[in-house]
Amino acid sequence: MAELDALDRRLIDAFQRDLPLCPRPFAAMAERLGVSEAQVVQRLQALQRCEVLSRVGPVFDHARAGASLLAAVSVPEAERDAVAAAINRSPGVNHNYAREHRYNLWFVMTAADEVQLEARLEALEEELGRPLLRLPMVEGYHIDLGFPIPWAELEAP
Amino acid sequence: MSLPAALPTIPGPAGPQRLRALLERGLPLTERPWQALAEQCGMSEGEVLAWVECWQREGLIKRLGLVVRHHALGIRANAMVVWDLPDESVAEMGRRLAAEPAVTLCYRRRRQPPEWPYNLFCMIHGSRRERVLAALDEIVGRHGLQGIPRRVLFSLKAYKQCGGRYTHEEQP
Repeated sequence: MAELDALDRRLIDAFQRDLPLCPRPFAAMAERLGVSEAQVVQRLQALQRCEVLSRVGPVFDHARAGASLLAAVSVPEAERDAVAAAINRSPGVNHNYAREHRYNLWFVMTAADEVQLEARLEALEEELGRPLLRLPMVEGYHIDLGFPIPWAELEAP
Repeated sequence: MSLPAALPTIPGPAGPQRLRALLERGLPLTERPWQALAEQCGMSEGEVLAWVECWQREGLIKRLGLVVRHHALGIRANAMVVWDLPDESVAEMGRRLAAEPAVTLCYRRRRQPPEWPYNLFCMIHGSRRERVLAALDEIVGRHGLQGIPRRVLFSLKAYKQCGGRYTHEEQP
């Protein structure tokens, strides 16, 4: 696990949402945290290098940003890594997890619209030679606010 | 400025569509990130900020900030809990589960019987499997879900985890 100090944690706690929308957002963040703009930029770059930070930016609403679908496929465990790699190469895939179930690969396919989404799913299904379980969203109940990181729990032995 | 009604995409080298494609990859970590984006999509810094503010107000952007990889922070246990709830009560239960602090995402999805009878999905993240299961037990008790068929699908491996790519733009 990456070693994060107090400033890293304060950055994450304070700015998973509500990034200041102004020409110099990192200066505004720095002012709130009592550090320099250069420090904030350096920390964010370092967090990105150690892969804690995926990016600084917007999280789009899947339902409004375009088309997306959760899909699953059942593959023999021995073939799982190879099939996962094929799924990852497929355009539009943004999440891909192995899970404990007969359906053992779960991924989200995204596209600009439903037509492109269906074309991508059909192309992948053909490439894999296995049927995809398609689980379109009917309704979302959760607003993604970036959940609080349980720092104390993570430090427990 | 017009609202982004034409979300299903107008491919093009410049303008709001290009801005969205760039934003999906995140801000450049420089002093004037919006100015840098503006230069790449033929807009002014002020126009870029106005579009982002508009997308936030409209709900296209759910949040704007640091997007962290939980696994890299040590949040290694990630359970997708799926439930087979009666259609008439799934929406109400979805809202109740979404309000649980341990639940990080909650969606109703279409069933695919007989393969997949489950219609409510929620994600619970934690440092360890036991903590996630303990949180789930509490949720089941609080909402009287003992009799509802469910499955817990822990993740074994993340092969990919990144933001959506909703625009027609080619990736650089």
